[in-house]
Amino acid sequence: MSSHRESLKTVFVGHVDHGKSTLVGRLFHDTDSLPDGRVEEIRKMCERRGMPFEYAFLMDALQAERDQGITIDTSQIWFKTAKRDYVIIDAPGHKEFLKNMITGAAAADAAILVIDANEGVQEQSRRHGYLLHLMGIGQVTVCVNKMDLVDYSQDRFEAIEQDFRAYLTSIGVTPNHVIPVSGREGDLITGPSKRMPWYLGPSITEALDGFRVPLPATDQPLRFPVQDVYKFDERRIVAGRIESGTLRVGDTLLFSPINKTAKVRTIEAWNVDQLPLKASAGQSVGITLDEQLFIERGHIASHENQPPVETDVFRAHVFWLGNDALVPGKTYKMKLANAEARVTVQSIDRVIDTGDLSHVQSDRVERNAVAEITIRSRQMLALDEFRHNQKTGRFVLVDGFDIAGGGIISMEGYADQRSLITVRATNVTKVEAAIGPEERHKRNGHKGGVLWFTGLSGAGKSTIAVATERRLFDKGYQVYVLDGDNVRFGLNADLGFSPEDRAENIRRVGEVAALMAKAGFIVVTAFISPYRSDRDRARAAAGADFHEIHIDADVATCESRDPKGLYKKARAGEIKEFTGISAPYEAPDAPELTVDTSDLSVDESVARVSAYVDRTFTQT
Amino acid sequence: MDHLDRLESQSVYIFREAFNRLGRVGMLWSLGKDSNVMIWLARKAFLGHVPFPVMHVDTEKKFPEMYEFRDRYIKEWDLNFLSGKCPPIEEIDPSLPPAARSAARKTEGLKNFLAANPFDGIFAGIRRDEQATRAKERVFSPRGATGAWNFRDQPPEFWDQFNTDFPPGTHVRIHPLLHWTEMDIWLYTKREKIPVIDLYFAKDGKRYRSLGDKDITNPVDSQAETLDEIIEELRTTRVSERSGRAMDHEAEDAFERLRADGYM
Repeated sequence: MSSHRESLKTVFVGHVDHGKSTLVGRLFHDTDSLPDGRVEEIRKMCERRGMPFEYAFLMDALQAERDQGITIDTSQIWFKTAKRDYVIIDAPGHKEFLKNMITGAAAADAAILVIDANEGVQEQSRRHGYLLHLMGIGQVTVCVNKMDLVDYSQDRFEAIEQDFRAYLTSIGVTPNHVIPVSGREGDLITGPSKRMPWYLGPSITEALDGFRVPLPATDQPLRFPVQDVYKFDERRIVAGRIESGTLRVGDTLLFSPINKTAKVRTIEAWNVDQLPLKASAGQSVGITLDEQLFIERGHIASHENQPPVETDVFRAHVFWLGNDALVPGKTYKMKLANAEARVTVQSIDRVIDTGDLSHVQSDRVERNAVAEITIRSRQMLALDEFRHNQKTGRFVLVDGFDIAGGGIISMEGYADQRSLITVRATNVTKVEAAIGPEERHKRNGHKGGVLWFTGLSGAGKSTIAVATERRLFDKGYQVYVLDGDNVRFGLNADLGFSPEDRAENIRRVGEVAALMAKAGFIVVTAFISPYRSDRDRARAAAGADFHEIHIDADVATCESRDPKGLYKKARAGEIKEFTGISAPYEAPDAPELTVDTSDLSVDESVARVSAYVDRTFTQT
Repeated sequence: MDHLDRLESQSVYIFREAFNRLGRVGMLWSLGKDSNVMIWLARKAFLGHVPFPVMHVDTEKKFPEMYEFRDRYIKEWDLNFLSGKCPPIEEIDPSLPPAARSAARKTEGLKNFLAANPFDGIFAGIRRDEQATRAKERVFSPRGATGAWNFRDQPPEFWDQFNTDFPPGTHVRIHPLLHWTEMDIWLYTKREKIPVIDLYFAKDGKRYRSLGDKDITNPVDSQAETLDEIIEELRTTRVSERSGRAMDHEAEDAFERLRADGYM
């Protein structure tokens, strides 16, 4: 039965005019896959234009494509070998139509990358190779086409093979095969070529049959994004497609990022004898739960022990298709699985030249370019790293009405914030305080609050904190310094320096500072606290009593001071992920106060802070 | 999951995306084998319900069997049915070849229908393997106020992230069957026991492979009198599915012009 045959989607990509459409047309012709009359139709089209028979016209269905001899949009056509069925996707090679190439290639399980033997490796050959890798299409066979134009030269073939293999290797791709072919003359389409006896590898059809059909990710951790919630009848059905893993009746599901759980009561279905008891990756299902949680489209259900990451910031490797360049500070709509969120481009970390893989610093990503960027969301997101789960580790960005780019996610250097926002204790009731903040204010003569110092290592946080403490104490304030290194000996002795532990370190300090502020103290904290998410959480803990103070000095100034010798070690590679050198410092957007220590002396800096405290903490 | 399960799951996903993301949606029902499968898949997606209107833009030149089929299954499938009429041939662009001009009545009928009944999204049961311009379609295909298809500059569509943001006045054609083949349709019809019109089965050595208006649709030579025989025939045939649809073959770009103007 045809319904039980394997099916594989293969895309043909490569530089414009390197013969992709011709090769596909030839493949169909030589495998006798064309319906009667189709060849005759094409012959007539060619005669009308006074040109020799053109196999490309099989796929180039648009009049404009045939008239200009160029593929504009991607197309799909069905084809079979003795082994299995294929969907062949033809993708345009012209740079102008990269969005159509992406549209075609993103659907593929495997790719044939076509290179003209005469022209050799060109700009789009490399860009397409790079994009295939970015999109996670790991199976690639390279066809060096138009061998007839180079007299079937083995030397020419080997030179191109060497050139392109070197490129692919540098981006981490190993081609399954590199095959010399001629689409026009039909060499190595379905079998060996007499004109290239020196080539001993497979033909195109043999290489196609050698690709693997990717298995559905049934044994990966469960990811069930909520697509919709239906109430057509008495059932309240949570609908969606299982992107990975397996879900069973009775399983406890954890919904992220709301962090609520419920059990699967039923898996619903229509027109079946018996309701299923389990469902796996790839299936679109509808389930009912034992509890009526407030679940919305975009939430991701998982099992409790293997949940997705929760974060409001991540790194992304993106390709940009928008007419307007991608720029930092701009807000886009992100779509990730079924979730939508407003996100802001926090920084463009590097723009990558897909030709020579060099990196450049730039304040914009132009159309058809590839870049690494950092993205921030206003709301908490549930997601995965692309290397762990492709389906929940990729997203698109919408600019206005248009899908303007796509990207894959990495959390390198950033913490999973799940444990920071999860309240584990149950049966907890808040106790009302007997003494209100006004009474404390009255007794101390000032309000309590947190002066949160943030800045690079060497900016002067600790120095200014300690001097400020003395100054304020002498003026009669109740004041105390919480220092980064000091809490590591006690409160946070159990924490290391992983992104998660660093985030937890700051979370605890933020909570302790908030408690001390409530007790009436002015608390000065001196932590690099490079991540905005962490500082925002500390602000949320202390509420209106939180005062973010940016102890500002540029990297060069800090490095020249280097009081602890850390920059030297970081430059030598002895400290990995050192803020300002090899890990990001996210400067505050709108701090209550900025103290620029590259301009100001310690005394002047302390005077600024002290004046701010006088201004802000003694008002009634 | 086998091949048909995968196709079904993808179609269900598409239906649910459109239903959630677009405002008012409706489905075109041509009464043919593909749109019957499409209704079936909607019922799978919405667990037995078809939560939007099903529309037939009537050329009034269909086969009598098709009208009988329509009236019967409106009731049996509990469909919210809407009907539109097509304008007379005299109102259609006379520069089109005769059969294409006749087919274009449906485009105009649809435009008139949409003007009277505004929709944000219309489900249409076209497939990529039917015809080479349909092979270039998007799953969510935006149309301007006139319904025209801007095939020279289609939006990107990947990772099942469909275009759901549009300027006012745009509607979207949604194609839940785009990834199916003729063979898939028949295998699924058989597996799910979906009713079809008898005209698809051979009588006196002829059957219809594709149903349209009486005057521009021709039967093909065939001995296939059952579903199994149709499936067997498709395994070996070298005749294209739409060979009996006259408007496809009158001129090189006849079908492209029809589609650019808003034909399905």
